Amino acid sequence: MKPRRRKNVASYVALIPAFIIVVFAYLGTMLWTVQISFTDSKLLPSMNFIGIRQYERLFATSRWIISLENMVIFGIGLILVCLVLGFLMAAALDQKIRFENTFRTIFLYPYAMSFIVTGLAWQWILNPTLGVQQYVRNLGWTNFQFDWIVQNDRAIYVVIIAGVWQASGLVMALMLSGLRGIDQELWKAAQIDGIPAWRVYLNIVVPMMRPTIITSVVLLSLAVVRVYDLVIALTGGGPGISSEVPAKFILDYLFGRSNIGLATAASSVLLVIVLVIITPWLYYEYFRPERAKGGK
Amino acid sequence: MLQATSRATAANAVEPSGPRPRSVTAGRVGLYVFLAFAALFFLLPMYVMIVTSLKTMGEIRIGNIFSLPTEATIEPWIQAWNSACTGLNCGGIKVGFWNSVRILIPSVILSIFIGALTGYALSLWRVRGANLLFAVLLLGAFLPYQVFIYPLVRIYSTIGIYGTMTGIVVTHIIFGLPLMTLLFRNYYASLPIELFKAARVDGGGFFQIFFRLMLPMSTPIVIVACILQVTGIWNDFLFGVIFAGRENLPMTVQLNNIVNSTQGEKLYNVNMAATILTALVPLVVYFISGRWFVRGIAAGAVKG
Amino acid sequence: MATVSIRDLEIEFGNLKVLRNLDLEIEQGEFIVLLGPSGCGKSTLLNAVAGLLDVSAGQIWIGGKNVTWEEPKDRGIGMVFQSYALYPRMTVTGNLSFGLQMAKTPKAEIEKRVARAAEILQIQPLLNRRPAELSGGQRQRVAIGRALVRDVDVFLFDEPLSNLDAKLRTELRVELKRLHQGLGSTMIYVTHDQIEALTLADRIAVMNGGVIQQLASPKEIYRRPLNRFVAGFVGSPSMNFIDGTLAIEEGRAAFALKDGTRIDLTGYEFDARPEHGRPATLGIRPEQIDLEKREAESSTLPVNLTLMEPMGADSLVWGDVAGTQFSVRIDGDAHVDTPSSVDAWFQPAQASVFDLATGARL
Ligand SMILES: Nc1ncnc2c1ncn2[C@@H]1O[C@H](COP(=O)(O)OP(=O)(O)O)[C@@H](O)[C@H]1O
Ligand SMILES: [Mg+2]
Repeated sequence: MKPRRRKNVASYVALIPAFIIVVFAYLGTMLWTVQISFTDSKLLPSMNFIGIRQYERLFATSRWIISLENMVIFGIGLILVCLVLGFLMAAALDQKIRFENTFRTIFLYPYAMSFIVTGLAWQWILNPTLGVQQYVRNLGWTNFQFDWIVQNDRAIYVVIIAGVWQASGLVMALMLSGLRGIDQELWKAAQIDGIPAWRVYLNIVVPMMRPTIITSVVLLSLAVVRVYDLVIALTGGGPGISSEVPAKFILDYLFGRSNIGLATAASSVLLVIVLVIITPWLYYEYFRPERAKGGK
Repeated sequence: MLQATSRATAANAVEPSGPRPRSVTAGRVGLYVFLAFAALFFLLPMYVMIVTSLKTMGEIRIGNIFSLPTEATIEPWIQAWNSACTGLNCGGIKVGFWNSVRILIPSVILSIFIGALTGYALSLWRVRGANLLFAVLLLGAFLPYQVFIYPLVRIYSTIGIYGTMTGIVVTHIIFGLPLMTLLFRNYYASLPIELFKAARVDGGGFFQIFFRLMLPMSTPIVIVACILQVTGIWNDFLFGVIFAGRENLPMTVQLNNIVNSTQGEKLYNVNMAATILTALVPLVVYFISGRWFVRGIAAGAVKG
Repeated sequence: MATVSIRDLEIEFGNLKVLRNLDLEIEQGEFIVLLGPSGCGKSTLLNAVAGLLDVSAGQIWIGGKNVTWEEPKDRGIGMVFQSYALYPRMTVTGNLSFGLQMAKTPKAEIEKRVARAAEILQIQPLLNRRPAELSGGQRQRVAIGRALVRDVDVFLFDEPLSNLDAKLRTELRVELKRLHQGLGSTMIYVTHDQIEALTLADRIAVMNGGVIQQLASPKEIYRRPLNRFVAGFVGSPSMNFIDGTLAIEEGRAAFALKDGTRIDLTGYEFDARPEHGRPATLGIRPEQIDLEKREAESSTLPVNLTLMEPMGADSLVWGDVAGTQFSVRIDGDAHVDTPSSVDAWFQPAQASVFDLATGARL
């Protein structure tokens, strides 16, 4: 009994850093943030509780509403396009093609780079006076218009383009490893049955890839909620506030505008959104009944 | 699987024998066309960045963004590295580069070490509350950073590490811990448990087994962890801008300050050179690591 | 019903020639087993028959039709795989009917065929389940059903029982045999398990290194293996091999062991006239050796017995003959003393003699 106890002490000692981080950096800060959001804190935290007034104020702030709308548009656009493009690329790479490695490397390299680099690259390409628009005009189509980056109602779509450029390789990589995991005999069986390739993909492969698809959606959703650097580098939230996103809203109010009450209320809203996204998924991944997991 | 075959149609043509005669089919052509267009979409921005960085400003103003430079110059690269300006500071992007290096090295080493230790304790040892600890840790990987930031700033200020090198390194350790722990926990859990049991029977203690048995066996997962952390920390912007302080701004932050600064004339060629320079470290990691990078992604895709 | 004929077939993957100059004629209604160690090209041959891979040279005929360039679905074959390869997200009914739907078979016809297959295989209660909810044996039944509904004349099996546990394997083996008797279709069955081969086959094609070593009935394969590989691969426990030389003295054939011992081979039918002094291997199955009574045509073999291994119905006695490891199968009730040196008897007519260099039967 004695030696065992001593060993266990060592394992608790080893977990001290993780414990401190979890308790102070995660749980403590999270609770503190939520707590501040119920006070009238401005530049510094105060203990003057005012109920949900900050939340009312938050949802009366058009900039916040625009941020949320943009997040939804960006999220839907990014996830849909990445899933479709990523799956098509993975399926194409799975056809015993030549230069498979080269193509895979090309599709994935943007994912290695930062959002800042991605944003700045696309900002330059889409530059209305010197970028693609001007190039096409120089070719003779003098009325050609592609200046979304400076259009109030289009700027967020530019963010989607840049986001897709950066992240669809990730989906491709996940999907490709999913496709490679499919039993080759299944393809043979389908061939014997005379099932056309596209039907195999649609009726057999896609349903089998559900876990991969869900993982991709969760990963992309988290990127959507967190999107900050990309917008900073690409549009700066502009023109005006037309491409604002929640993460940027929060940081602006925390540090630029020193309204931490409002900012923490916004943070808490984000927190709830993320919990709504990931709770079902965590349940599915870690706690779903064994029966559904079987058959692999 | 998409290819179709065409058969000799003429009656009494050659008796079928040997491989099926194949003609290039529409499906196959379509496949390569799609791949080529996709490749173009991914390569074009990099191409544009490179050619722009080699042009003179005079040539850039003409507006042929896709054209090759008429007379290539590396002057913008030198300028970007040595003398690009952020506001009134004109030390070039090299300042940010060295800041990033100084942030990167301790952050990567410490976060991997702590992650390995935590993963080891959680996977192979019976610790009360281990599941709870791990669950909260995982949660930390998913929640938006905005929830943690303000209180962290306050805590850092109180203990005097806000805006310092220590501050930014600690931040990277904090937010790298979930993924690192997950990686090592899954890795150690996948090793044959007999190995660990044998070491226990031989009288190895917690730290002895960790340092003498587990760490030496961890090379593959350490490589994966390094790839994830080096690219992740190098590409970080948010923590750098908040926690690093004026003196230690990492390269991404400095790059954004250079490019998106509102003062003076925009030197697009210098900006693009600086941008490529900033992307260089993760790109080198990517091209060298090859399949390991994909492995890292799969491991980081948080599978239980 | 259909014959299958493989003519001068050659298959290569890149530079690796897996099959070369392979000929195989399968009669209609025949149950052929392709038997061989893993990696010898059995699946490759089966896949070529199915049209799942391109042949490099040669032809494949099914039912009197040259199908070398036909699509798998047009060859009139059904196939069953080791991993079952069921469509995971479809019910059993879905699995059985999907191919027929693709072929635009009328609905009533589909239902009829599914019902018939389900009845034959006794999987009616499972029709609404998904593969994940079935046991291994049930899954393989469904996979067989998927081949059955195609209403074809030739069935291809690629190690269909290898993923099952021993008991289920025996059960399903019997059922497969019954199925073959009932349908009378041509069946080509790949396995590395010699028991399956011996019990199921009308004829066995023993393969090694991409070459058919012997094509014959199970009895013939067991009794008169054409070369040392076949002799060693078929039969369990494996045949005993003793190296030595042939000795022809006064018109009588004998086998000289390394230590000089002569073993009389009178009664052994040589394929060709034996030459004196030719290095050879004598092969005797453990069950062909008798430790107790000598029969009229028997010859004597001096054996050292060292170890007895009881296996229930019978026992295996291990030892050596002139330094070469040797095993004898005896009745489970019998007893021998170990260690001991005794004379054992065998009938040369049942034994095999192979050329030492080429391994071919002499
Ligand atoms: N698609 C392939 N590409 C390259 N080599 C292959 C391929 N399929 C099989 N082989 C090789 O062909 C040989 C025979 O394989 P197979 O027919 O699967 O053997 P088995 O008798 O075990 O079924 C093996 O050496 C295998 O490595
Ligand atoms: Mg095989």
